[in-house]
Amino acid sequence: MTARMDTRFATLKAEGRPALITYFMGGDPDFETSLAIMKALPGAGADVIELGMPFSDPMADGPAIQLAGQRALKAGQTLAKTLELAKLFRETDKDTPIVLMGYYNPIYIYGVEKFLDDALACGIDGLIVVDLPAEMDDELCIPALEKGINFIRLATPTTDDKRLPKVLKNSSGFVYYISMNGITGSALPDPSLVSGAVNRIKGHTDLPVCVGFGVKTADHAKAIGAAADGVVVGTAIVAQVAGSLSKDGAATADTVSAVATFVRGLATGVHAARLVAAE
Amino acid sequence: MNQAATPNSFRSGPDEDGRFGIYGGRFVAETLMPLILDLQSEWEKAKTDPEFQAELASLGAHYIGRPSPLYFAERLTEELGGAKIYFKREELNHTGSHKINNCIGQILLAKRMGKTRIIAETGAGQHGVASATVAARFGFPCVVYMGATDVERQAPNVFRMRLLGAEVIPVTAGNGTLKDAMNEALRDWVTNVDDTYYLIGTAAGPHPYPEMVRDFQAVIGTEARQQILEAEGRLPDVVIAAVGGGSNAIGIFHPFLDDPSVKIVGVEAGGKGLDGEEHCASITAGSPGVLHGNRTYLLQDGDGQIKEGHSVSAGLDYPGIGPEHSWLADTGRAEYVPIMDHEALEAFQTLTRLEGIIPALEPSHALAEVIKRAPKMGKDEIILMNLSGRGDKDIFTVAKILGMEV
Ligand SMILES: Cc1ncc(COP(=O)(O)O)c(C=O)c1O
Repeated sequence: MTARMDTRFATLKAEGRPALITYFMGGDPDFETSLAIMKALPGAGADVIELGMPFSDPMADGPAIQLAGQRALKAGQTLAKTLELAKLFRETDKDTPIVLMGYYNPIYIYGVEKFLDDALACGIDGLIVVDLPAEMDDELCIPALEKGINFIRLATPTTDDKRLPKVLKNSSGFVYYISMNGITGSALPDPSLVSGAVNRIKGHTDLPVCVGFGVKTADHAKAIGAAADGVVVGTAIVAQVAGSLSKDGAATADTVSAVATFVRGLATGVHAARLVAAE
Repeated sequence: MNQAATPNSFRSGPDEDGRFGIYGGRFVAETLMPLILDLQSEWEKAKTDPEFQAELASLGAHYIGRPSPLYFAERLTEELGGAKIYFKREELNHTGSHKINNCIGQILLAKRMGKTRIIAETGAGQHGVASATVAARFGFPCVVYMGATDVERQAPNVFRMRLLGAEVIPVTAGNGTLKDAMNEALRDWVTNVDDTYYLIGTAAGPHPYPEMVRDFQAVIGTEARQQILEAEGRLPDVVIAAVGGGSNAIGIFHPFLDDPSVKIVGVEAGGKGLDGEEHCASITAGSPGVLHGNRTYLLQDGDGQIKEGHSVSAGLDYPGIGPEHSWLADTGRAEYVPIMDHEALEAFQTLTRLEGIIPALEPSHALAEVIKRAPKMGKDEIILMNLSGRGDKDIFTVAKILGMEV
């Protein structure tokens, strides 16, 4: 495996705080702006970056991420360009883990072998592919693990104890617990339910368990961070991009700073999480 | 096309992972995985449960009106001067198309599984109407997702669904057609996992849907095979059906797949022509990819982004095709050909005038292929075509194209 992911989670564990994992859409609203957003994330407090690969048919996403993908595709984003974003980011940041997140078809069409080689060369540390459940591990998960790229699995409330071992079997990096059944951008679940679910998963794995879906504010991040090894924020970040655009959908001078300021706020929440937990 | 080995039987698929060769599979989000595994195990039980089969057969006979007739199209045959043409008249079913065969089967499963809410996607509205119908019959609330473009061009069906008590939700994402409706139905399903049954309308989607929908539709081919043997004492030379997602086609094809003398022909929507972007010929002009839970032929660009198709017929306006058809195409067992919008429109009028049957625009594509082939065949040869639906829903679309007022 690439070392960055494990190193990062080990460091955070030593510091005694959860990770802030930030999702944004590659190429939204255009290539250059999204590169600037990506470069600004670590400084604003992101510990792990999820780089969204746009897809025409994002079946598990709510309106905000659907629209972000449409903006990116309209601006000419492709999988090759998303890999290019990672490569350019790596020129100045050698430490922040990058996880590609999206759907399988663009990878399948790119060619699995070539994709994995190029992803490794561009400094990618992990993959989250929404429509590849454990039953489909031969497609991409096994080849990725063989090349040393983490395959991060989603666990959901429908993943019961009987199914968890199957889901966790070929997982690496961290486990992404989707805290409610639904599409991205849904409402925040009850943090007390989340902590029970995290503990349930931890009973089956030593991997860090990170939680996402519905986290929109620093307070949410703090509450979820108290119960998990990491907090994933996506829709709310994508919404910052959307809110900063001009009427015709172009980036403005505020786009990058809107995201950075927002992420800084989330980081404050995440950093305070364990203080709450210790109380 | 991809090369595939010739199997001993063309009727044994899919394997236990839901694959037909490289096609099919279960490409869904983890949230849905336990649901489709549940569905599969319930379907396995129902398949061999005599009580389930008896209820299915009884509703088939008394509610749908099965068996549907096999009809010798005498005047069309005379006019074309070649092969004898037979129609399997699925347009005479309750609700006016083959879609009801599948809906009755799945609603019985939903009931068995203790689900209390039905969702469905629809293109032409035929599957939406059939879903709303069985939901009314069994007392389930029903939500139908329909592309906004289709809501407009299939207004009579939208009204029928609402009359039947279904909620029709227009989907504006993408181009507002069938693929977008299916995305939205999947989003509903991941959100409402406990009580909701997703009633997919065609032989596509994640395993076990392609197999299950095929089995519910195979009644078409099973009946037709017996009926043609009774009428002619032999099997047809060619079986032809239109292919949207592929349910009426696989339904009539499947019982004939191991009869090597029977040629199998699927007709895709050629739209305004294959050289442009405005068509839905996934097999003829697409390539294998992964969408809506299965690997199959898709219309897509070089980056794996799915294209929006076009067809004059809303029911064929889907950029994919059921996985079993992809496999049948690769193995060479079935042949898939495109028919253009204008050819389908001509065939629509021909049948109306010659036989007094107004076909839906979807089977009008199959009919156009029949009209091309029959004259080149001998008078002792036989073509069997699936007349999958009636055209009442399409009269406004056709009137507009022909410049007539309704
Ligand atoms: C009458 C009719 N035939 C065919 C189709 C195409 O669907 P399938 O390919 O699943 O049979 C439709 C779809 O709406 C239809 O209404």
